[in-house]
Amino acid sequence: MDTVRPVVGPPAAFVVELDRFNGPLDLLLTLIRDEQLDIRDIPIARVAEQFVARIHALGLDAAADYLDMAARLLRIKAQLLLPQREGEERWEDPRAELVRRLLEYQQIREVVDILERLGEQRRARFARTVPPPVMTGDEAARALPPAPVVAAMGELLAAVDRVLRQVRRPTVHSVVPRALDVEGALRTVRALLAERARAHWRDVVGVAAQPWQVLSVLLALLELARLGECALRQTDPFADVEIAREPAGAAA
Amino acid sequence: MSPLAQLLEAALFANGMPVPLDDLAALDPHASRADVSSALAELADHYAHDGHGVELIEAGGGWQILTRPEFTAAIERVQLATRPHRLSAAALETLALVAYRQPVGRAEIEEIRGVSVGSLLKTLLERGLIDVVGRSEGLGRPLLYGTTAAFLEQFSLRHLGELPRADELDVALRHLGDLPAGTAP
Repeated sequence: MDTVRPVVGPPAAFVVELDRFNGPLDLLLTLIRDEQLDIRDIPIARVAEQFVARIHALGLDAAADYLDMAARLLRIKAQLLLPQREGEERWEDPRAELVRRLLEYQQIREVVDILERLGEQRRARFARTVPPPVMTGDEAARALPPAPVVAAMGELLAAVDRVLRQVRRPTVHSVVPRALDVEGALRTVRALLAERARAHWRDVVGVAAQPWQVLSVLLALLELARLGECALRQTDPFADVEIAREPAGAAA
Repeated sequence: MSPLAQLLEAALFANGMPVPLDDLAALDPHASRADVSSALAELADHYAHDGHGVELIEAGGGWQILTRPEFTAAIERVQLATRPHRLSAAALETLALVAYRQPVGRAEIEEIRGVSVGSLLKTLLERGLIDVVGRSEGLGRPLLYGTTAAFLEQFSLRHLGELPRADELDVALRHLGDLPAGTAP
């Protein structure tokens, strides 16, 4: 979380800050150490050039913090190039501010080394993990890490076996394709309409009809309606369907 | 061991956090602070010389029984206890700045580190190493941070005075002031 910082702007959508560099000052300090330069008398032109080259090589040249430092270095370089005005009371080295920050930062690095050593010593010792009594249940639960799960391979396999045994045997359906008998349904309906001018859905489809029979009748009725041999009417949704003989059908 | 040393051992065993001397002294109304101090020394000596897996440590404003470092690897291997995560170098830098400059605001830390520290401060707050100790009188009254007792405990410090003074560090620097006074127990 601390080391990855998203930076907007192509081509690098993310800049990964390596643990080696914790910011522009760190990089600059490393550069000065690598080159064995005197921190109080930095050859700015050279350092600025190397700094820009390094952040480019590290893919950090899209990171604002590093760019800011690069710009700062170049500005100091430019200031150093300006001729010193005659008779000026006191000439302030434009590097002074940078040197101050570098020294300050270097000191922090030293403290970090000390803290790292002390922290390691403490991390190598365990205290009893008892939540203090003032904590409520929730707080205490948060303060303590969850207990690690300890299991031997045998126990794990036995548990998996138990779970698998409890799983019900899956129901397997075998699906048999069954052709619809639209022809037969057509004959049945025509025969019925030959006897009666009006009939109902229930007259054609029995109570215990199979789905294939229901579908056959439905398709037959739609076919007859299309041919104009009958008219279909349903007064309400889900009401019984009325089948009425049409004159055209009678003629046929 | 004296009965008082045994009592202190029981109390420190019952509570895993560093227990301040005042709390330990309250365990026995007849014992003076000097009695408690010498009993603590007796207990520490007992742990150090009679063959024990634990030792008595003074840190974070109190006394604490901790396991000896030589057993850490074995304890961790079977996951009886796990070490806290190590802080990143960036987080440690921020923590160091808070320790030396407290009470300190975010802007000042960022000025010195040269990078933004918002998420680092959040991490340190969550781990209880720093806390908000006030507000600056400056524009927007920004929050000021300081280190906590947990910081001292996790870095085996009895008090902030145990950190090296700025002028003791290799790089002499006039801008880092002395540690805040009055933080010793």
